[in-house]
Amino acid sequence: MGRFVARRLLQMIPVFLGTVTIIFFMTRMLPGDPAAAMWGDKAADPAQLAAFKHRMGLDVSIGRQYLNYMGDLLTGNFGETMAGRKVIDVIGEALPVTVRLALLAFVFELVVGVTIGLFSGLRRGKAFDKSALVLTLLLISIPVPVLGFIFQNVFAIQLKWITPTVQDSMNLGQLILPAVVLGSISLAYVARLTRTSIAENLKADYMRTAVAKGLPRRKVIGTHLLRNSMIPVVTFLGTDLGALMGGAIVTEGIFNVKGVGNALYHAINLNEGATVSGFVVVLVLVYLAASLIVDLLYAVLDPRIRYA
Amino acid sequence: MPAGTRVRWAVVSATSVALVATGCGGNGGGSGGGSSDTSKTFTYQSSEPQNPLQPANANEVGGGRIVQNLFKGLADYDPSSGKLRMQAADKIDTSDAQTYNVTLKSGWTFHDGTAVTSKSFVDAWNWAASTKNNQINSSWFADIEGYADVHPASGNPTKDTMSGLTVQDDTHFTIKLSNKVSYFPYKLGYVAFSPLPEGFFKDPAGYGQKPVGNGPYEFVSWDHNSQVVTKTFANYQGVDKPKNGGVVFKMYTTAEAAYADLQSNNLDVMDQVPPSALANYKNDLGDRAIDAPQGGIQNVGFTLYQADWQGQDKAKVRQGLSMAIDRDTITKTVLQGSRKPATAWVAEGVEGYKSGTCGDFCTYNADKAKQLIQEGGGVPGNSIKITYNADGGHKEWVDAVCNSIRQATGVNCAGDPKTDFKTARAAITGHQINGLFRTGWVQDYPLNANFLADVYRTGAASNDTGYSSPEFDKLANEADQASSIQDTATGYQKAEEQLAIDMPAIPLWYYRTNSGFSTKVQNVTFDSFGNPAWTQVEVKG
Repeated sequence: MGRFVARRLLQMIPVFLGTVTIIFFMTRMLPGDPAAAMWGDKAADPAQLAAFKHRMGLDVSIGRQYLNYMGDLLTGNFGETMAGRKVIDVIGEALPVTVRLALLAFVFELVVGVTIGLFSGLRRGKAFDKSALVLTLLLISIPVPVLGFIFQNVFAIQLKWITPTVQDSMNLGQLILPAVVLGSISLAYVARLTRTSIAENLKADYMRTAVAKGLPRRKVIGTHLLRNSMIPVVTFLGTDLGALMGGAIVTEGIFNVKGVGNALYHAINLNEGATVSGFVVVLVLVYLAASLIVDLLYAVLDPRIRYA
Repeated sequence: MPAGTRVRWAVVSATSVALVATGCGGNGGGSGGGSSDTSKTFTYQSSEPQNPLQPANANEVGGGRIVQNLFKGLADYDPSSGKLRMQAADKIDTSDAQTYNVTLKSGWTFHDGTAVTSKSFVDAWNWAASTKNNQINSSWFADIEGYADVHPASGNPTKDTMSGLTVQDDTHFTIKLSNKVSYFPYKLGYVAFSPLPEGFFKDPAGYGQKPVGNGPYEFVSWDHNSQVVTKTFANYQGVDKPKNGGVVFKMYTTAEAAYADLQSNNLDVMDQVPPSALANYKNDLGDRAIDAPQGGIQNVGFTLYQADWQGQDKAKVRQGLSMAIDRDTITKTVLQGSRKPATAWVAEGVEGYKSGTCGDFCTYNADKAKQLIQEGGGVPGNSIKITYNADGGHKEWVDAVCNSIRQATGVNCAGDPKTDFKTARAAITGHQINGLFRTGWVQDYPLNANFLADVYRTGAASNDTGYSSPEFDKLANEADQASSIQDTATGYQKAEEQLAIDMPAIPLWYYRTNSGFSTKVQNVTFDSFGNPAWTQVEVKG
């Protein structure tokens, strides 16, 4: 187990460096000059533009910029935005918001999704199963923006239960509605994955053994059936957590949540390579960590899986 | 020169159905006339400032609006008429349009209690003009004598001060320009010409995060990406004393979110309703809806630097194309009334605006259009493309313009979308396009010279068409030498007539402010910059 983790951690180094390198060159290859973009539609003053480029380190070759960037990164310096703010501060503001939103959405899809999936799987073909299938089909087919606007209109503008947008992005209570919208599609996938997995494992040999041993039904389902059926679901949830952390540009836009998606959208619009790369660096780390945890969870869930 | 902000521009250029504008004279106004509480603050839809809050660094709307409220220069523009009015200056005199004598009013102080003196202005301008201080609007000081010393075309500045600025005493200073610019006081209304307190120069970065100004509102806090809070400055000496307790600038990512908040009273005043709400916002908001002119114009420019479009005959072709565009129908249908058909190259309501300079050439007439194009030798290849940025909602009207041209004249016309605003700008300034492109102008200051000299003079920074007319340049130069603003404006009206003869760009329509306010506020009016008259907003008691 320890060796497995160590090996995985070592493997992360080339993956990390590779992604950062690719992203660095991709953001720098975006059309348009990021320094000139500060003047918008008006013509940039050439003398001031040159001074800006010098300050931002954009007046040297792309290879030199890359070396400077990687050198700074290794010392924990993520660089500055065009406006002269530290990129790490921008990340520091957006990330806690997104962590809250993502975890809420994650818990929602996990709890509700697995519950629906479990009961559907156990009662295949019954009324509950059929309505769950219809509901999940509906969720999968409605685009997130549509769902967002419907919820906003119904709960905020018609019923006035909540404010239409999030007034304080750090307030968990206000983030519930965006989280439900954000988690709804994944919820449908989680429910369907769980259902299929449960239905299949019901016929497994170990289930028959467990029932034959006379174990109580609660234990048969909770310990044997559910645990074994969670493997495909955990795989999905692991990558989904990464996706949720990457920010939800559309949902954050509808509800005015000041998270990673919103910050990335602005940075890309302004052609701010340093900010975009900074966020991607953090997101790569999150993805790597999530996939490692998923792999370790396999062993916990299924005793047959062992890591040397 | 940049007057609009980065964001605003992106929007202008970009969001066709909803943004930017011209003209003066806000309308709108109050629903009801109930009592108001001068200690209460109101919220305004904003976006995160992209630069530190320094007066010469605020060229985008997010930061620009905040800085405008925290600082007040020698003069500003009356929100209702767009005319220049004195603020910190008692008077600005000149006898030759080159040397300006400024007399300050007494009693003005910064929010930290220190006095606003001649030195506060002169030091601030010298600091802002220097390339080494990296202020985006540093080129606004280019008219002042000695500018090249602090802002050389390349290399480091040789001096820290401009020789044209001389302090006489605490309330008097002179500005000497390197050339005659009769409308220079109009430029002084721009926020880049604000004064700065002594403490600023010791810590410009710190003051950029916690600005100390001399405007109607003082800075309270800046919660990044969330809000900037201001409160009324008790010792404000300007002519526009605030009727409210302060402005809270609340950051929104999308206009849709802001509009939803406005409808439920979680936001008091907004910028522009989202395109999706244009059709219904007047019904939704009733007498709380705003529809006011703005100082901005949408044009289609020609690549006059290409041989295909040169020569006097081709001017006829360009005039013909202009006549083939049915502006009335397109603004009513595709643009849902959010624009007003243009009849000149200067936006409505601006000082020196004269309607109808474009004459028949801006009036739809299919037969005449066809005839002019034939007389001019036709369009090269009988086919044109209009380049535009695809991220701004321009597609609908570009297609409509093309349809109109095709039906009226038989010339093939198609839109040529570029992925986004920056890409389109890079192609336009890099001369990498063919034929026609979407362009526009939003006023830096409400004077016709700004719409003409900065866009159509030979070699002007924003002259994207490559237009170069000796007649236009001569008339513009004469106007610059005039002895009064009125004469300048009249002079530029003459220069504008030359544009009808040459048609370097087709004027399409003027921008408007389509906005609204919540039930908690009243007396909300918008100026030609698309900003509310901040200090006049009343919060209901």
